[in-house]
Amino acid sequence: MTVDRELTMSRAIVEAIGDEMRADDEVFYMGEDVADYGGIFDSTQGLLEEFGYDRIMDVPISETAYLGAAVGAAQQGMRPIAELMFVDFFGVAMDQIYNQMAKNTYMSGGSVSVPMTLTTAVGGTYSDAAQHSQTLYGTFAHLPGMKVVVPSTAYDAKGLMHNAIRDDDPVVYMYHKRLMGLGWLPAPEGPKTPVPEEDYTIPFGRADVKREGADVTVVTLGLHVHRALDAAASLAEEGIDCEVIDLRTLVPLDRETVVDSVRKTGRLVVVDEDYRSFGLTGEIVSTVADEALDALEAVERVAIPDVPIPYARELETEVVPEAADIETAVRTVQ
Amino acid sequence: MPSEETLRALYTDMVTARYYEERLQEEYLEGKQPAFDISAGPIPGELHLAAGQEAAAVGVCHHLREDDVVTAPHRPHHVAIAKGVDLERMTAEIFGRETGLGAGKGGHMHLFDPEVNFACSGIIAEGCPPAVGAGLAAKKRNTDGVAVAYLGEGAIDQGAFLESLNLAAVHDLPVVFVVEDNDWAISMPKERVTDVESAAARAGGFDMPGVQVDRDDAVAVYETAAEAVGRARDRNGPTILAVQVHRRMGHFMGDPQDYRSDEDQEAAMERDSIERMETHLHDHGVDDDAIAEMRDAAHDRVDDAIEWAKAQPKPDPADAYEGVFTNPPSGVTDAEPDFDLAETGGEEP
Repeated sequence: MTVDRELTMSRAIVEAIGDEMRADDEVFYMGEDVADYGGIFDSTQGLLEEFGYDRIMDVPISETAYLGAAVGAAQQGMRPIAELMFVDFFGVAMDQIYNQMAKNTYMSGGSVSVPMTLTTAVGGTYSDAAQHSQTLYGTFAHLPGMKVVVPSTAYDAKGLMHNAIRDDDPVVYMYHKRLMGLGWLPAPEGPKTPVPEEDYTIPFGRADVKREGADVTVVTLGLHVHRALDAAASLAEEGIDCEVIDLRTLVPLDRETVVDSVRKTGRLVVVDEDYRSFGLTGEIVSTVADEALDALEAVERVAIPDVPIPYARELETEVVPEAADIETAVRTVQ
Repeated sequence: MPSEETLRALYTDMVTARYYEERLQEEYLEGKQPAFDISAGPIPGELHLAAGQEAAAVGVCHHLREDDVVTAPHRPHHVAIAKGVDLERMTAEIFGRETGLGAGKGGHMHLFDPEVNFACSGIIAEGCPPAVGAGLAAKKRNTDGVAVAYLGEGAIDQGAFLESLNLAAVHDLPVVFVVEDNDWAISMPKERVTDVESAAARAGGFDMPGVQVDRDDAVAVYETAAEAVGRARDRNGPTILAVQVHRRMGHFMGDPQDYRSDEDQEAAMERDSIERMETHLHDHGVDDDAIAEMRDAAHDRVDDAIEWAKAQPKPDPADAYEGVFTNPPSGVTDAEPDFDLAETGGEEP
């Protein structure tokens, strides 16, 4: 039977969280403005009414304390979800994230697990400037011990959230603000998709080929999946057939799908909404260089140049990759 | 005054912890002669020993059960011993052996024994938020479990501590923050970095009790902690319990302590909590022979643990690649779901 009920990405995320909370009393949610407000980015919209303040917990503006408390509760076997309102705020609490949440399993020789989900909003494109527009994908993926999830559609978001909550390890679940379907921040067409009503899990470490193509491999994630698809649609009119790969998770990373695609196309464009140097684009290119150098005829990277994200619309648009930038890169490698 | 049985138990853990640190010091310095090389010898890396701080460990932990949670800082051994951590496997971890608590991956600052709900970590005040989380779990599960966060007086200026106080207070969580005040944050005397004489004063801003035990007397700590732990267990919320202790050794082994006056060092050595405990035992009619018997048994236990640890296998280098994530994983799928989704604008080209 065809699934034709469409949800925004935020509704899909909330549906998964609600299902998991219904199924397991040990799942609870902590964050700032998650109760009455329902999450600044609608990440908990409507959950307070069903689950109450004890399980949809507004917490003090003390990220160190409540993210660390999530670690402590998770180590006791509960399954907390803790929301960092903007990923840019990680600086005030990174110690708990990368020194405890991410390392305790390894440092304990496997005797301790930290089954928590850290949800956080990422991304720019709306002039929120340097402290509220980053994705920091590479920062979290770089530090060992966290699984890193970046959905691009409502369908993926729901399945990945179910998997995140059920996973026994810490998962950083990064949702792009522009994709959530907020009334005050219009989403592009793509992220609102049909979403099954039943629960389902999407495995980590499995990239999704969002568009099959023969000429150029475009590897990306999050918002830029949709910009890449827009670029691919334009390029198709010029006779260039792009394959668009949505990584969906950075840790674990599906290198195989990327390498297989480049073996087919011989051309690689990596598109990222994170900083260019020392990050995701370099990682993907080096993966292909390691495993399929012989197949690689041309490569381009499209990412944020190494500057803080500027405020003015003209400046931000200059540094955040657009579909046109992707098209240019594809033409360059073609 | 606690029962003789309790006094004996407190004393036994105190002399175990004291002798443990003395023996580790010997083992640590072996192989670091003639020139001190921190990476050399049977115990490599930093080593923070807690001789002089035993009263704070035993006085609180002897009110705790296995299911109560303790987080300790970088100076953890005395607390671990008082909490009942497996001494052999802890020692094996300190010696970097395969059978250590963390299979040789954690070391002396990162000891985890989930059997008795003990963990420690190396960043100042870092253990406070997880202790709050353990208290939150106890409250959510409607148990009478208690969580105790140990920290030094140097940690009371850390945001992690202050944020944790507030979060614990606003939810009335069963957490006791035990501040071991040894007067020194490495080389910084506390009056140079804070205006409060006692860490207990920090409680005032959070509407929770703060109590101070002004001498490293295990019995005084035990009696004061009864109230703090009892308050937590009865779900009446958190407490700060500050205990004056003394740092008999350097911050870490190899610390030249040039910043410290001879008088201060000597005063720390004179105020011996173990001698004070022996006085308590005498007052209960426990004679010197009985005390010596307890002490010898404790020393034997330590010697045995060290001997056992040193005989343990070293880790296989290949194991460095394992264990970043839980193994085996659960709740994780390998299967891609199979739905027939209607076509939408963004999904298809």
